[in-house]
Amino acid sequence: MFKKFVTGAAFALALVPAASFAAGGEGHIEDFAFSFEGPFGTYDQNQLQRGLQIFTEVCAACHGLKQVPIRTLSDEGGPGLPEDQVRAYAADNFEVFDAALDDFRPATPVDHFPANTALGAPDLSLMAKSRAGFHGPYGLGLNQLFKGMGGAEYIASLLTGYTGETKEEAGTLFYENTAFPGGWISMAPPLADEQVEFIDGHANDLHHLAEDVSAFLMWTAEPKMMARKQAGFVGVLFLAVLSVLLYLTNKRLWAPHKGKKTS
Amino acid sequence: MAGIPHDHYEPKTGAEKWLNSRLPIVGLIYDTIMIPTPKNLNWWWIWGIVLAFCLVLQIVTGIVLVMHYTPHVDLAFASVEHIMRNVNGGYMIRYLHANGASLFFVAVYIHIFRGLFYGSYKAPREITWIVGMLIYLCMMGTAFMGYVLPWGQMSFWGATVITGLFGAIPFIGEPIQTWLLGGPAVDNATLNRFFSLHYLLPFVIAALVIVHIWAFHTTGNNNPTGVEVRRGSKEEAKKDTLPFWPYFVIKDFLGLAVVLLVFWAIVGFMPNYLGHPDNYIEANPLQTPAHIVPEWYFLPFYAILRAFTSEVWIVQIASFVTGGIIDAKFFGVLAMFGAIAVMALAPWLDTSRVRSGKYRPQFKWWFLLLVIDFFALMWLGAMPAEEPYASFSLIASAYWFGYFLVILPLLGVIEKPEPIPATIEEDFDAHYGKKSEATPAE
Repeated sequence: MFKKFVTGAAFALALVPAASFAAGGEGHIEDFAFSFEGPFGTYDQNQLQRGLQIFTEVCAACHGLKQVPIRTLSDEGGPGLPEDQVRAYAADNFEVFDAALDDFRPATPVDHFPANTALGAPDLSLMAKSRAGFHGPYGLGLNQLFKGMGGAEYIASLLTGYTGETKEEAGTLFYENTAFPGGWISMAPPLADEQVEFIDGHANDLHHLAEDVSAFLMWTAEPKMMARKQAGFVGVLFLAVLSVLLYLTNKRLWAPHKGKKTS
Repeated sequence: MAGIPHDHYEPKTGAEKWLNSRLPIVGLIYDTIMIPTPKNLNWWWIWGIVLAFCLVLQIVTGIVLVMHYTPHVDLAFASVEHIMRNVNGGYMIRYLHANGASLFFVAVYIHIFRGLFYGSYKAPREITWIVGMLIYLCMMGTAFMGYVLPWGQMSFWGATVITGLFGAIPFIGEPIQTWLLGGPAVDNATLNRFFSLHYLLPFVIAALVIVHIWAFHTTGNNNPTGVEVRRGSKEEAKKDTLPFWPYFVIKDFLGLAVVLLVFWAIVGFMPNYLGHPDNYIEANPLQTPAHIVPEWYFLPFYAILRAFTSEVWIVQIASFVTGGIIDAKFFGVLAMFGAIAVMALAPWLDTSRVRSGKYRPQFKWWFLLLVIDFFALMWLGAMPAEEPYASFSLIASAYWFGYFLVILPLLGVIEKPEPIPATIEEDFDAHYGKKSEATPAE
């Protein structure tokens, strides 16, 4: 009976489809192997720092991260920069408008990253959670169970998905991209091989750069992921023990009222 | 009251007597907790506890979220991100609340289908069933309005589409829609009233839950055999039942713990699996998302809503007969609410004298088909409104109505039920053997 119930519950939950579906014109999303995938996946601190550098040198020219406080760069489970470095980073890279001064001043760690500066460039704070890479099979979204939502994969696929073809429509130049829904995107290819130099000489071909900045954007979207997974693990462990104890209690409790099971 | 005879609370000490003659609250709690419960209840009966837990979880996490949330179109989205990033444990509270809604609906659907299979809706439990349906409606309203609060793209456009349904009502639809929204379109006034009602409705649900429990504590629980507990005497009733505490409390807690284990794994490891990515984009009235899809728990009824297009002959007839007052859009709205209404009317549509589906050889198959139909509708609700999904939706919707309006009334007449056990005790002993011949517990 217990087995029946467990399979019933598992069945009911497994069949719940994510409210998502693939429709015509969806781009092709490549499955990147990120370090933060799976129940035990964690962010790679070095990768997040490289991603921050790529974002600052390239993406920040147009895109914003307005939901992200700069101070969180020193948070646990993130890029983990020392506080003095964060202070220097904020002051060196960004200016914010201060209503009290009625003027711009260098940013401090308590400020957020600036909002976007180019028209039409979406804010990237939550980009990795606002795009789903995987929808199948049959639009059931079940592959998300194994691969995750695929937001970081979407970004990395987009950054590496330019074919080199362009077209002009109503005065705007569009670039062909295999990952972008519809196939044509108005953003010029932002990254190229060796565009960003790392102090430690880490590989900086396009593929690596795309992967690093995608990982960084996953962190900006879900900064508490590592704490969440830890809480998840502890909770599951605790509930498993509780379930076993309750199972034994229940069995003992009912034993006097049940004879030998006959069917 | 025609309850099952059982021992009642007797105040013994002076203090107990003093309290009992002024406020018999201990007796009320005692009678509620010690209610004689059919001892043959199976694992499908645990979902009531899961639902009670969900209501408490949602209210507690919701109250904490409100402490940090700002219901304003310019601030709502950022305040949710504030909860996710700056509030201690805020990300957990929010993910628990968002996924708690899904757990709530998983539980309520299993609870409803359990009732449909074992005939829990039949006399004398019609009031329990109707109150349950009211709770379900309130849950849908609460969940819908709650989904609007983060003010993402799906919040905004979902609100636009769903309130637009009221606009489909002939003549008075548009004024009603404007009145609901507090303006010509979804805006700050809408967000504010949805926030207010989202806070209010759970307490309405809590009150209805008390009535729900009161009603079935009056009639006694149904059970897998559908045979009533013998009520001739206390001794007779004791052969069929065991007190709710501790037997069913512990059993239900075991079920709850296993369910929560799965729930916690989802919250911890994939909290956005059941959500829609578009809701992480701030609401933008100028940009319609490519696909507007409701949350999974609305999909079956959303599929029914969309199934009745103007090409369907029954819609054309309705339109012709009413001189165009009932158009395809309004027909779809009527069908969607009708799909829930026919479910609520099940106690009067089911003509079979046998309560439990266990002893109804034909019913079993039709019921299984209904469950499959429900999942099919859920899948179709997420598919784009094009062929072949439109035709499938129509067939699946037709079966939903057919089950309640044709199959349930007819089956009672044509089906020959299998023999049912005379008593619950007989059924229980057939499964577990008599107490006297029982082997010692392992």
